[in-house]
Amino acid sequence: MSNIIFTNARLIDPETGTDGTGWLHVTDGQIVARGEGSAPSTEAQVIDCNGQCLAPGIVDIGVKVCEPGERHKESYKSAGLAAAAGGVTTIVTRPDTNPAIDTPETLEFITRRAQADTPVNMLPMAALTKGREGREMTEIGFLLDAGAVAFTDCDHVIADTKVFSRALTYARSCGALVIAHPQEPGLSSGAAATSGKFAALRGLPAVSPMAERMGLDRDIALLEMTGAAYHADQITTARALPALERAKRNGLDITAGTSIHHLTLNELDVADYRTFFKVKPPLRSEDDRQAVIEAVRTGLIDTISSMHTPQDEESKRLPFEEAASGAVALETLLPAALRLYHAGQLDLPTLFRAMTLNPAKRLGLDCGRLSEGAPADLVLFDPDVPFVLDRFTLKSKSQNTPFDGQRMQGKVTATFVAGKEVYRRS
Amino acid sequence: MRFAHRHLLGIEHLSQSDITAILDLAEKYVDLNRQSTKHSDVLAGLTQINMFFENSTRTQASFELAGKRLGADVMNMAMQASSIKKGETLIDTAMTLNAMHPDLLVVRHPHSGAVDLLAQKVNCAVLNAGDGRHEHPTQALLDALTIRRAKGRLHRLNIAICGDVAHSRVARSNLILLGKMENRIRLIGPPTLVPAQFSEFGAEIYDDMREGLKDVDVVMMLRLQKERMDGGFIPSEREYYHRYGLDAAKLALAKPDAIVMHPGPMNRGVEIDGTLADDINRSVIQEQVEMGVAVRMAAMELLARNLSEAA
Repeated sequence: MSNIIFTNARLIDPETGTDGTGWLHVTDGQIVARGEGSAPSTEAQVIDCNGQCLAPGIVDIGVKVCEPGERHKESYKSAGLAAAAGGVTTIVTRPDTNPAIDTPETLEFITRRAQADTPVNMLPMAALTKGREGREMTEIGFLLDAGAVAFTDCDHVIADTKVFSRALTYARSCGALVIAHPQEPGLSSGAAATSGKFAALRGLPAVSPMAERMGLDRDIALLEMTGAAYHADQITTARALPALERAKRNGLDITAGTSIHHLTLNELDVADYRTFFKVKPPLRSEDDRQAVIEAVRTGLIDTISSMHTPQDEESKRLPFEEAASGAVALETLLPAALRLYHAGQLDLPTLFRAMTLNPAKRLGLDCGRLSEGAPADLVLFDPDVPFVLDRFTLKSKSQNTPFDGQRMQGKVTATFVAGKEVYRRS
Repeated sequence: MRFAHRHLLGIEHLSQSDITAILDLAEKYVDLNRQSTKHSDVLAGLTQINMFFENSTRTQASFELAGKRLGADVMNMAMQASSIKKGETLIDTAMTLNAMHPDLLVVRHPHSGAVDLLAQKVNCAVLNAGDGRHEHPTQALLDALTIRRAKGRLHRLNIAICGDVAHSRVARSNLILLGKMENRIRLIGPPTLVPAQFSEFGAEIYDDMREGLKDVDVVMMLRLQKERMDGGFIPSEREYYHRYGLDAAKLALAKPDAIVMHPGPMNRGVEIDGTLADDINRSVIQEQVEMGVAVRMAAMELLARNLSEAA
């Protein structure tokens, strides 16, 4: 029977919104007690946190692990190590693999692979339509039974509204959560950048930020029709926010996320066609970035994800338009998020609310909090230690991070899953 | 004059004095090219490879002639027909060529930024002969030289760039160059082809051509890039010609001595009236072609000087 007490910790509690010194007692992988000030004396193994932050482990919705199909880009083993090193204790994986996770059999395959190789919790998402082609819905009931926690076609927008409305209706009857990528597919086709001065100067095919709002508006109308539970994977523009706010106010079952890259980078970071900065949707203007940060602060945007997308060198060493989209981020999610803390824009409980509590709540999980009875999925980190990121030190098999060579502040000291240490910085 | 650039990738990186240096040197080559013996040895012993990933006749011929007149060994590679079809990546192709030790690489590619990417991977000097919708620096330089010779100066002129600005690398390079040289620039075209964000570059935007042409010194027409259009930018060519094609009636609104330019190849009867294009009193289109060879000779000489210093 394991019995640990974390002492002298700066407890970051997203549930109460508090940030203060205290102790946390963990028995058999569960949080059993916590308190302020100095810890009571017990028989437990003592871990002295030396005043570092102790927070719930990150719950990351939308991690791409490239099994099956492209294991050379990321395997369950490498993704698990990267997640543990990044303080991510639950990865919620995307089904946009090759083949897509659209049958109970493929879902069981990846679940087995994760159990064998991954030290952190893995929860799979399944495709909403077969092959993510937007034509026929998947076996939502069977997939739920097999362990799917949500249904998404990832960055493929289901253009046929009849197909999408039926899938939403059916999903509602099963109690399944649908995650969609709000984007007007016609307007955004072929785009590699956000329209504006930068894209005009670089001569890149661009999409108006309005495409996101149009996609969201359509999806909201379908929610009014069907009553389904819906989560927008990434809201990245100011113009989409009023629509989201109205939909929430009208009582629809809607939540929204954003990606760490859209919170910490803008379109100008692409500079001279740096393809590691090519993500989907494309990076936005500084005004959009600030509006999205504010929406995370107020809680209008519920979750922050890494949108971890490994790509090998070959798929990035191409002209910008041809290069693959996406960036790895499991290990940079926390230090990048801490930029917003150091800039004085978001406090730590707010950041962790968006990275732990809200995603856990949305998926009906009991992790993501520091309350008694919650699983002891924890991250211990020093928010102040400075470093320069060297991408070749990343544990991911792919090292396509836009933060290479950048100054960052904040490192994970140790990560615990159900009270068991799965990572400690050497 | 020291030209402090390893490559010529775009006008964006050039200063006013860089631009003036290239144009001044090009003047000398204009004179040379008009003599019966058109030869110099400044590139003797150097190897120039023209890599065109996109069809081109005139630009490739101009670069080839420029290199040959300067004594370089020139090789043309039609990249569309070769290894790209076999699945080789741009970088692999660049590395392969790099191993053959060229000194000057002239590259055209259908994607914006592709020439920048290639330049990062090779040891020689790279000249951008057009990348996607991004830049076409030698075209802007030859246009500048043509304007300077016709107008006697390259500043404080009213210059109209008309037509398909959105898909045009020529327009972008010209906008940057003519802006750097402190001219007033108007962009004229339907809003589907002249997006509003171009006003952020300091240009005035007109969707009424008659209004836009009033009192301009230079009318620069652009080719309607039919091959770059995935549909629906204009209703028809005849309506486009009616509203935005340059004819004598519209040109009459410009200054009486305004010149007419076109980067070629022209769509006669789509963006420009054929008779007007051939009017030697107004059109400098043939002169543009002549200046092209001279400007490319000048640019290659300046880059080659840096090569010998580095060696």
